[in-house]
Formats: sequence, C-alpha cells, structure tokens
Amino acid sequence: MSSPIVLACEDLTVSFDGFKAIDKLNLYIEKGELRVIIGPNGAGKTTLLDLICGKTRATGGSIKFKDAELTKLPEYEIVRAGVGRKFQTPSIYENLTVFKNLEVSFPRGRGVFGALAFRCTPDVRERVEQVALEIGLQDDLETESGLLSHGQKQWLEIGMLLMQEPELLMLDEPIAGMSVRERELTADLLKRISANRSVIVIEHDMDFVEKIAHKVTVMHQGKILAEGNMEKVQNDPRVIDVYLGH
Amino acid sequence: MKSIMDWLKRNEVLSLSVLAALILVVFPLVLEPFRLNLVGKYLTYGFVAIGLVMLWGYGGVLSLGQGVFFGLGGYCMAMFLKLEASDPESTKIQSTPGIPDFMDWNQLTALPLWWKPFKSFPFTLAAVILVPTLLAFVIGFALFKRRVGGVYFAIITQAVALILSVLIIGRQGYTGGVNGITDLKTLLGWDIRTDSARLTLYFVTAGVLLASIVLCRWVQKSKLGTLLLAMRDKEDRVRFSGYDVAMFKVFAFCLAAALAGIGGALFTLQVGFMSPSFVGIVPSIEMVIYTAVGGRMSLVGAVYGALLVNFGKTFFSESFPDLWLFLMAALFIGVTMAFPNGLAGLYDSHIKPWLARRKAAKAEPPKAQPPLAADSTSAAADKATGAVAAARADSKPGTGPLQPPAGPAPATGQTA
Repeated sequence: MSSPIVLACEDLTVSFDGFKAIDKLNLYIEKGELRVIIGPNGAGKTTLLDLICGKTRATGGSIKFKDAELTKLPEYEIVRAGVGRKFQTPSIYENLTVFKNLEVSFPRGRGVFGALAFRCTPDVRERVEQVALEIGLQDDLETESGLLSHGQKQWLEIGMLLMQEPELLMLDEPIAGMSVRERELTADLLKRISANRSVIVIEHDMDFVEKIAHKVTVMHQGKILAEGNMEKVQNDPRVIDVYLGH
Repeated sequence: MKSIMDWLKRNEVLSLSVLAALILVVFPLVLEPFRLNLVGKYLTYGFVAIGLVMLWGYGGVLSLGQGVFFGLGGYCMAMFLKLEASDPESTKIQSTPGIPDFMDWNQLTALPLWWKPFKSFPFTLAAVILVPTLLAFVIGFALFKRRVGGVYFAIITQAVALILSVLIIGRQGYTGGVNGITDLKTLLGWDIRTDSARLTLYFVTAGVLLASIVLCRWVQKSKLGTLLLAMRDKEDRVRFSGYDVAMFKVFAFCLAAALAGIGGALFTLQVGFMSPSFVGIVPSIEMVIYTAVGGRMSLVGAVYGALLVNFGKTFFSESFPDLWLFLMAALFIGVTMAFPNGLAGLYDSHIKPWLARRKAAKAEPPKAQPPLAADSTSAAADKATGAVAAARADSKPGTGPLQPPAGPAPATGQTA
C-alpha cells in the first residue's frame, strides 16, 4: 500500500500555558485510508483534530494537506481546501429541515453575495437527494432536524460534510450514543465513504474500531504510542498498559 | 408541510398588507397633520428597528450604537439642506455670506472641504447610505474578524455612539455643536415645512419603509438569511462548513447601518433639523427597545414596536415628563423577561393559535370563506402526512428501537 500522502503532520506541537497537549507529533495519512485514533482520555485526540481543522492554532510544527500548509490558513479556507470536520456532539441546525441542513452545506455561494444569489437549482437538489440516500435519511428530507433521533443527527452531520465532497474527513466519536443497529449502519457508511477519500475517526469502541480501521494510531499524553494494524496494536504491551487494560 | 409553508406565506403577505393599510390609509385619514408628522417621525425609527431585526434577531449581534448610523444619515441630509438654506442672499448679514450660520458664528471664513460635496444632491443621497455603511464595515470588519462579539461588541458600539456625539458637540464650527443643524428650509427649492410637503414626505417614508421590509424579507429568505440563523445557534458548524462567518456578520451590520442611515435622512427631512441628541447612547438604546417590544424576529413587529413605544413616549412625556424614562426602562426589562419575542412573539404564541381554532370551528359547516377552507384542509392534510410519517418510521429498516416516532415538524413560531 503506497498511495500518496494526503495529510502530513510533522513535529506538531501545541501547548496550553506550558502544558503540551500535542508534543512533537508526526502523523501521515494516505489517500483512501481510514485511520482510527484511539487513546485514553486527555491523550490529545480531539486537540489533534482541532489543530488540523484550524480550531486551535499550533504552537509549532507543520500540517501539510496535499500541497497546502494548513497551520496558517483561516478555518473556512481549510474547509475549502477539502478538509471536513464532524464534532463530537451532533452539530446540526435543529430548526431547519434535513433538506435545508444539507442544502446550506452545498459548496456554492459561500461568499456574502454568493449566498444572496444562491438558488436551489436542480443540481443542488439532486446532490442533496443523493447524499440523503447515502446517509439513510431520504424519507426524512422535510423533517425538522431537531426531531431526528440521536443516531440520525450524527448521520445528518456526516451528510452535511459529504455535501462538500471533502478529500479528508475527520469524525470525532461518530457512534457515541448509537444503538447496536445504528452502529452497524454507521460502520457500513464509513466503509462506503472512505472508498474515495481519506477518513480519520476517533473512537473508543474497540469492536467498532476493529470493524472499520485500516490502520490504528494509539495516542498517549500528546504523543503517538503505537501505530499499525489492529492486531499489532492490540498486542503491543505499552498499549495494553496505558489503554486497553489487562 | 407544503401547505403550511403556503399558509405562512399568505400570512406574511397579510401582516404586511395590514401594516401598509394602517400607515398608508388609516393614519393619513384619521390623524391631523401635526400628529401625522409625528407618526412619520416614528416611522423613520422603524428603519432602525427593522435593521436591528436583521442584525440582532437574525444575526444574533446586538448593537447599542444604531443612533450613530441614524445620525450619520440624518447629518448627511441636514448638511445638504443647510447648504441650500445658506445661499449668499439669505445670509448676507453674516461676516462671511454663503456659509451656514453656525460656521459664521464660530469664526469660520470658508466652507470646510468635506462639506463641499454636499452641495450635490445625488452625492448626498449616496452618502446617506454609504457613509453609515462604510463606518459599519470598518467597525464590523475590525471586530468580527477578531471574533469580538456579544457583550463586548455591544459595549464597543456604545463607545462609538458616545465618541460621535462628543465629537459633534465639540466641533461646533463644523457640525453645529449641541444645537445640531437647524433652520432647514427647502429641498431643491421645495419648501419642506408646509403641511402638504410633510404629507408627501410622510408617504415617501412609509413607502420606502415598506420597500425596505420587503428587501429584508428577501434577504431573510435567501441562503444568507438561513446562514445568519444557523450561525446564531451553531457558529462553529457554519465556520467549518467553509463560510467566513465574520463577513456574514459584517454584512448584517452594514445592512442595519444603511437602513438606519435612510431612516435618519428621512427624519431630518420631516423634522427639519438634526442634532447630537439622536446620536448618543440614550437614543441608541431606545432604538433597541423598539425592536425588543415589537419582536426581534419580526420585521413588521419591529415597526409596530417603534410606533407604540413612541406613541407611549409622546403621550407620557406630555402628561408625566419625569416618569417616562423610568417607564421605558421598566418596559424594556419587562419585555425581555416576560415575552422575549416581543409583541410578534405574543401574537404567534397566543393570538394565532386562537384564530386558527376559531377558523377550524367555523370551517366545519361547508366552505365559509376561501382562505378558511384552505386552512382547514391544510391542517387535515398535515395530520394525514403525520400518520403516514409515523407509519413509515415504524416500518423503515435501519431504525433501531430507540427511534422516536417521526412526525412532521410542528408549525413553529415563525413570524412574518
């Protein structure tokens, strides 16, 4: 497997008042890869995603996405470069319908005057319907999204990201609070959407990780403790020590 | 769902038509010229109020400095009118004829450079809109790009209001100082002090206000309006969907400023002067109260808010001048605590359901009036889709046992 590298974090460091939440971290994600990041609480997993998407600014090091250096770009430019981020709690527009939620995420009319002139043309509608089908909400397009179940809200947010056709998708605990059936559907969804893009997932549920991961990265205290396929990571004594338990 | 949207649309047109009928027909018919001129003045505050609906209600950004933009628009117009009133013939007793009287009193011997363009009417019209918009752009860009918001933004806008009023008062020779710019007489030779001119100006104000409401409604319905609402609840989600959130706030701020400027210019035309007492902190806060009372999510409501609070102000300050400020403060606190969506919110939560029930009861016997019948069928259709949706939710594969019954969205308190 030697696909081109899409994302390269090198010597990445961020410190909050002297506490190094991420400490000289190196991480490489290949094209078409589904990477899962695991680790105990406070290991810096969410902070890492925050750094990549620009929510938190790095103290040092670099983040290269394709050819662009992300550490200096404003958040909206990072998104436009092709990085999508899903937050831990479902972050959708609860007062809008599912259709509107997806429509607003369509990557056209992103400037002020573009947004004024934006019309829901047939191609937008078609794309919304296509994504809705992908996330299993095709029958709920006119439902106010606040009325969806927790799992459906998570899918809707993934759908909103898919609307933007990101090349790198980052998901923070996408199955938290989901039923068993919903987890299975989410695993299938993630497998499908990682076919033509790179995906980074933070997850705690080891059964789920086993089901989806191509490669697993274990983080601990802002550093990478181990990296490799599931089997290798699970048998790594250091990982068992700090995270998986005996 | 479709039928609910249709009903809302009709309701929207209806509420705008009622307002239009009130200000274009009822007031001119029943009010004497003096009172009508007062209403015209109140309507100019309506521009500020609908601007605040866009900025505060939709954008979630509270500005306590809208008086600045109202004042700038008003001063631009006043400068033009003052220059027209200061022709060499009527100012020949001054030591320097041909310049505004207050400049002469302050030992100025020539018209300042920045006053000169205001001899042109087209320039003045453009300035009425552009000067407030540009200032709003500069303030908004500087603050929103740095993620200054909420209380801090409100305080800074207050400071701007204070600065501008102190500046105007302090630079008496250029601005007319605390008295403002007074003795305005004609607009392009047309005497604006006569009753007939005031009547015309009243209709112009009412017409421009109604057009502004339609324009704002159009903005609300565009993707930009949706994004403003989305930003209010989930700013990060909008930002991480590739939107430059700051620029959308800047736009809302500029729109509110431009509307306030137009209001200010129409104010000057109807009242015949402009002074710093419309620029400072107190008038700016009063303007927020109009919107709060009327309902910050409702354009039409905000105009009613401006009218009602000002009627109250005139009535109470004629009868109990000392009490008014306390009453106004109590009104603001009361509204914010008891009904945060203002009068429009009360209408939505109380009167509208009551009307709907009455209509439903009336529509039982065969078709009374076309709109009533349409309403009851829409309600019935809605129930039917609800049942279908619930049934579909049960049978749909892939929904776990945790799935709540998915009904259609209830008609939420959306206001015209």
